[in-house]
Amino acid sequence: MMHTDTAPPGTAAPVFFVTDEEGHHSEGSTMLGFWLYLMSDCLIFATLFATYGVLGRNYAAGPAPKDLFDLTGIAVNTAMLLFSSITYGFAMLEMDKDNQRRTQMWLAVTGLFGVAFVALEIREFVHLFHEGAPPWRSAFLSSFYTLVSTHGLHVSFGILWLVTLMVQVQKYGLVAANKRRLMCLSMFWHFLDLIWIGVFTVVYLMGVLE
Amino acid sequence: MSAETGHLAPGHAAHGHGSHDHGHVHTEGGHGSVKSYVTGFVLSVILTVIPFWLVMGNVLDNSLVTTLVILALGGVQMVVHVVYFLHMSTKSEGGWTFMALIFTITLVVIMLSGSVWVMYHMNRNMMPMSGHEMMNKMR
Repeated sequence: MMHTDTAPPGTAAPVFFVTDEEGHHSEGSTMLGFWLYLMSDCLIFATLFATYGVLGRNYAAGPAPKDLFDLTGIAVNTAMLLFSSITYGFAMLEMDKDNQRRTQMWLAVTGLFGVAFVALEIREFVHLFHEGAPPWRSAFLSSFYTLVSTHGLHVSFGILWLVTLMVQVQKYGLVAANKRRLMCLSMFWHFLDLIWIGVFTVVYLMGVLE
Repeated sequence: MSAETGHLAPGHAAHGHGSHDHGHVHTEGGHGSVKSYVTGFVLSVILTVIPFWLVMGNVLDNSLVTTLVILALGGVQMVVHVVYFLHMSTKSEGGWTFMALIFTITLVVIMLSGSVWVMYHMNRNMMPMSGHEMMNKMR
């Protein structure tokens, strides 16, 4: 904007940016940008999965997955995330209909499922500590905690983001900016569910199978 | 700067400006319907229950076969999530999201299979059997 001041008088003010593009920009490419972020996040998880794949059998004469994991609890955990995925989907559908009250309701339900997931995971970790399986016990446990808690942290921050957006929607309504934010969180949330599929398959099911 | 204020201030003006055809196509194609979410959910439940059942019920005797089956089911469920929950298609965002996805999958496959493969052979070829490995064998 300062540049326009320095333009010589008489000539048409040079255009450094196309103002019309702005709205288009924020609507059109945010989703692509956010998708690219998710892909980079995917690479983080891939390195953690690779680490687990390499170290996951080094028990250092300590407990093995078979001794530690309770698959019933993991199944409940999986159900929590899956339910939260579909309830978030319902929130998005209500958002499309501009039904703010119902959007908020489904977002709240999603958040509760997310909280249940994180709570169950914390309970599992506490249980593992009591069993004598803290992260420093073996390479297997180090890589296990790193992978699973990175996912858990993602979900926790997702919940924080969800609450923030609920406050935003309450305050400003379902305006375009809020819709865009909700769509980003939607992708984030479903992506975390997708990562969890890898976690329960590779870590829990294959671990117990050994 | 101006982009920021554009979002915060009543986004309507900016929105109305920018979202001609493109914006419309985008919002309509982006969310799916009740049907797509429910389909995705039902498929996910099935694809989750089967592997848990296989492992918890000791259905197959051969653990290698079970491993391959649950890995395959996990892979299928990931595709289901991408299609029905993330609403990815080869056409969304002009094909760029799909390109990014393919690129990422390629990297992930190289990274995962490469790491596991290389480190497995390192262990095999270079290390004399250490104390705790022997203990693991004895367990």
